[in-house]
Amino acid sequence: MMCLAIPGKIIERDGNEGVVDYDGARIKVRLDLVDADVGDYVIVHTGFAIDTLSEEDALESIELWRQIGELQDESGQSQ
Amino acid sequence: MNQANRNDPRYIRLLAGKIAEQARFLGPLTLMHVCGTHEHTIVSSGMRSLLPDTIRLVSGPGCPVCITPKEDIERMIHLARSGLTVTTFGDMMRIPSDSGSLADAKAKGADVRIVYGIANALSIAHEEHREVVHFGIGFETTVPTSSVALASEPDNLSIYSVHRTIPEALDFLLSNSLAVDGFVDPGHVSTIIGSNAYAFISERYGVPQVVAGFEPGDVMLSVLMLLEQRAEGRAEVENEYVRAVRPEGNVKARTLIDETFRQVDAKWRALPVIPKSGLAIASKYREWDAVHRHRDVLESFSYTPREEDSACRCKDILLGACSPQDCPLFRRACTPDAPVGPCMVSVEGTCYISYKYG
Repeated sequence: MMCLAIPGKIIERDGNEGVVDYDGARIKVRLDLVDADVGDYVIVHTGFAIDTLSEEDALESIELWRQIGELQDESGQSQ
Repeated sequence: MNQANRNDPRYIRLLAGKIAEQARFLGPLTLMHVCGTHEHTIVSSGMRSLLPDTIRLVSGPGCPVCITPKEDIERMIHLARSGLTVTTFGDMMRIPSDSGSLADAKAKGADVRIVYGIANALSIAHEEHREVVHFGIGFETTVPTSSVALASEPDNLSIYSVHRTIPEALDFLLSNSLAVDGFVDPGHVSTIIGSNAYAFISERYGVPQVVAGFEPGDVMLSVLMLLEQRAEGRAEVENEYVRAVRPEGNVKARTLIDETFRQVDAKWRALPVIPKSGLAIASKYREWDAVHRHRDVLESFSYTPREEDSACRCKDILLGACSPQDCPLFRRACTPDAPVGPCMVSVEGTCYISYKYG
């Protein structure tokens, strides 16, 4: 139930269902709670998109999380 | 502020320096967050070691699994034992009650299944034609997902709601004289309810609040913003997580919540009943409320409250009154493999996070 802070990009949409891409990992999500379409970046919680982000903010956030991941990999921690 | 450098160690050190500068002119302060993901960020980044000794950054009751009352877990076990299929988030499976856990019930043959979200529960009900009861736990981030399920008027599925709301909990803590000098408000709860939802708390108690994102730089900046408010004598709700949180929140989600749920007084595990902090299913959707739909099964349920294990300090930990290291059981009698209290079971629990990442 932990909050997943990394935004993902909607790459498919069929009504209220869609597919969100996280750097190659793809998950099915429900889109009932947002006005978003293919190409938009969203925050997902327990399988539902709950918020949309601008592309600029989303890409920056993805990059920052990637850096944190790399830093933690280097220090030998696994998250 | 250059947001692109939010997690740059130099930026974090700069913030730490500014925090230390502000803290010199302020007395000892206790700041509280109420979010397992914030605790994870704080612990895994070692942020507490960067704060001055006078600034305590503590974790409050922000782990939804940890604050779900034992009685409700036992009701779910009762429903599962009666032959119904119970779906739950994985975190809840091993939370102990006086009648064991849902995992114990499953081991003895009950149909208890872990789902990632309520959409999986809907699929089980629809595809397997089974009568499913979903354990609806979580704060405002999870509530609208239950609302979507209710509004779809599904076949074979009902929800047992133990949903709880954050602003009412903060209000309660302060009304009971909890010494908190500022709140770091939870980022994703706030995407739903909006930063405006906390305004009454700052007005009523004169306590500053900052809605924060989840990156280390977000949380550090929020601490600085809280200290600046204290230094300037302000008590407002400020929004650090502007890229995701709007003052009004997610209006679509809020409208759905209002349609499908109603506010009720509710018990929190280790805490007393908190006025208006629970969400019960609205009478219009009674057919999908497990309490109503399976009232015949629940009629035979009885519950005798027992004291929590006296040595377990989960209650104090949920109030930010002590840290896991202050508990005599931590790392000794209580580990993630053999947890005593809920704070060690859930991945959002303060003890679990401290054990794994501290």
